Amino acid sequence: MLDQILACLPEVVAVLLYAIGFMLLLLHKNLIKKIIGLNIMDTSMYLFLASMGYIQGNIAPILTEGATVADYINPIPSGLVLTGIVVSVSTTALMLALVIRLYRAYHTLNLDEIYIEIQRGRR
Amino acid sequence: MKSNETWKSWLRGDLDLTDTLPEAQMPSALEPTGTETSQTSGEEQPASMKTLERWELHLFQKLYPFFAVLMGLAIVVVLMATVFSLPRFGGEDVPANNEVAERYLADGIEETGAINFVAGMILDYRAFDTLGESHVLFTGVCAVILLLESTEEVNIFRRKKTKKRAPAPRLDLTKDPILHQAALFIVPIIFLFGIYVVFNGHLSPGGGFSGGAILGAGLIVYASAFGFEQTERFMNRKVFRMVTLCALCFYSLSKCYSFFTGANHLESFISPGTPGNIFSAGLILPLNIAVGAVVACTMYGLFSLFERGKI
Repeated sequence: MLDQILACLPEVVAVLLYAIGFMLLLLHKNLIKKIIGLNIMDTSMYLFLASMGYIQGNIAPILTEGATVADYINPIPSGLVLTGIVVSVSTTALMLALVIRLYRAYHTLNLDEIYIEIQRGRR
Repeated sequence: MKSNETWKSWLRGDLDLTDTLPEAQMPSALEPTGTETSQTSGEEQPASMKTLERWELHLFQKLYPFFAVLMGLAIVVVLMATVFSLPRFGGEDVPANNEVAERYLADGIEETGAINFVAGMILDYRAFDTLGESHVLFTGVCAVILLLESTEEVNIFRRKKTKKRAPAPRLDLTKDPILHQAALFIVPIIFLFGIYVVFNGHLSPGGGFSGGAILGAGLIVYASAFGFEQTERFMNRKVFRMVTLCALCFYSLSKCYSFFTGANHLESFISPGTPGNIFSAGLILPLNIAVGAVVACTMYGLFSLFERGKI
C-alpha cells in the first residue's frame, strides 16, 4: 500500500488537496473561505495535470544542447495548466465581486446570517 | 460568535426575529392597511415562521455536516481508486505521451521557430486556445465592472431605511516614507523583469501570461504606494479600454491571417526566422506582447475595481 502511494505521490497529493478544498467549500459558512476552498481545488487540478505530463528523468521542454525528442517531458499538459490558471483567476474575480455585492446588501459574509436577513426582510 | 448564538436560539424557537428588529414590525402594527405590508401579509404568516419549516431547517443543520463529510469521503475513495489504476507516474507509456506531443517536440523548432516548446505550442499550434483564454480574462473584467461600478445601492427588501454602517477604517499607506522608498527601489526592477519575461517568452520559460502578471503586480505596488492619483496619469479607464481592445483585435486578426494561409497552403510572409534570436519565431513575440498587455491591464483593473470601485 505504501509503495503504491509513494509510486504515484503527486496524484495522491492532488486527490487529498481536492478533498480539502471540497470540504472547505461544503462546511464553511463564510463565503470568502468557500472561495479559498474552490481555489485549493483548482490548485489540485494543476498538480494532477502537470504530473500527467511528467516523464521520469526527462528535462523541461526547452531546446537544450544534445537532447533528442525522447529527452523532453510532454509539453501539452503544461499548456492545459495555463488555461486552468487563467480560468481560475477569472472565476475567482467574478466570485469576489459577487461577494462584495452580497456584503453591501446584507452587511455580512456568513450564509446563515444572510438567511436570517432574508427571513427578516420577507415580512 | 454572537451571530451563531442568535442563529441557534432562533432555530430552537427561543428567539423571535421580529422582536429583535422593531422597525420591520412597526409599519404593519401601526398601519395595517399600507400597500406593501398588506401584500406580504396576505401570502405569508406575519408573526413567526411555521414550526414545520423551522424543524426542517433544524434537521438540515444537524445532518448537513455529516452528509458533507460522507460525500467528501466517497469522492476521495473513488478518486484514490482511479489514481491507483492509472499508468505508473513518470512512465513513458502514459497514454498522454502520444504522437501529438512527439510531433510538437520533433518539428516544433522548424515550424514555429520557438526555443521554448510550450510557447510554440500555445501561441502557434494551439493559438485559438490562448485567444479564448485572453477573452475569458476580458469577460471576467467586464463582469466585475458590471457588478462593482454601479454606485447606487440596490434595496432588495423594499425597506425604507437601511442601516448605513460607517466604512471600516483604512490604513492609509500613501504617506508612508518607508513604503515610498521601497517602492521607488523595487518598482523599476519589477517592470524590467516583467518586460524581460514577456520578450523572452519564446526563448526561455515565461511568456505573455506570466510576464503580464508580473507587470500587473508592479502596477499594483505602484498604485498602493503612491495612490491611484499617480497611476491615473498613465493608466485610466480610456487607456485600459484601448490597450485591451487593440491587443485582442491584433491577436484575432493576425491569427486569422496565419490560419487562413496555413489552411489553404498559401505563402505567408511570416517566417520563423533564426531560432534563438530575440526577433524570431514569427508571430509568437508580438502575440506574447499582446497577451502580456491584456493580462497586465486585467490584473491592475481587478485590483483597482476591488479597491475603489472603478478603473
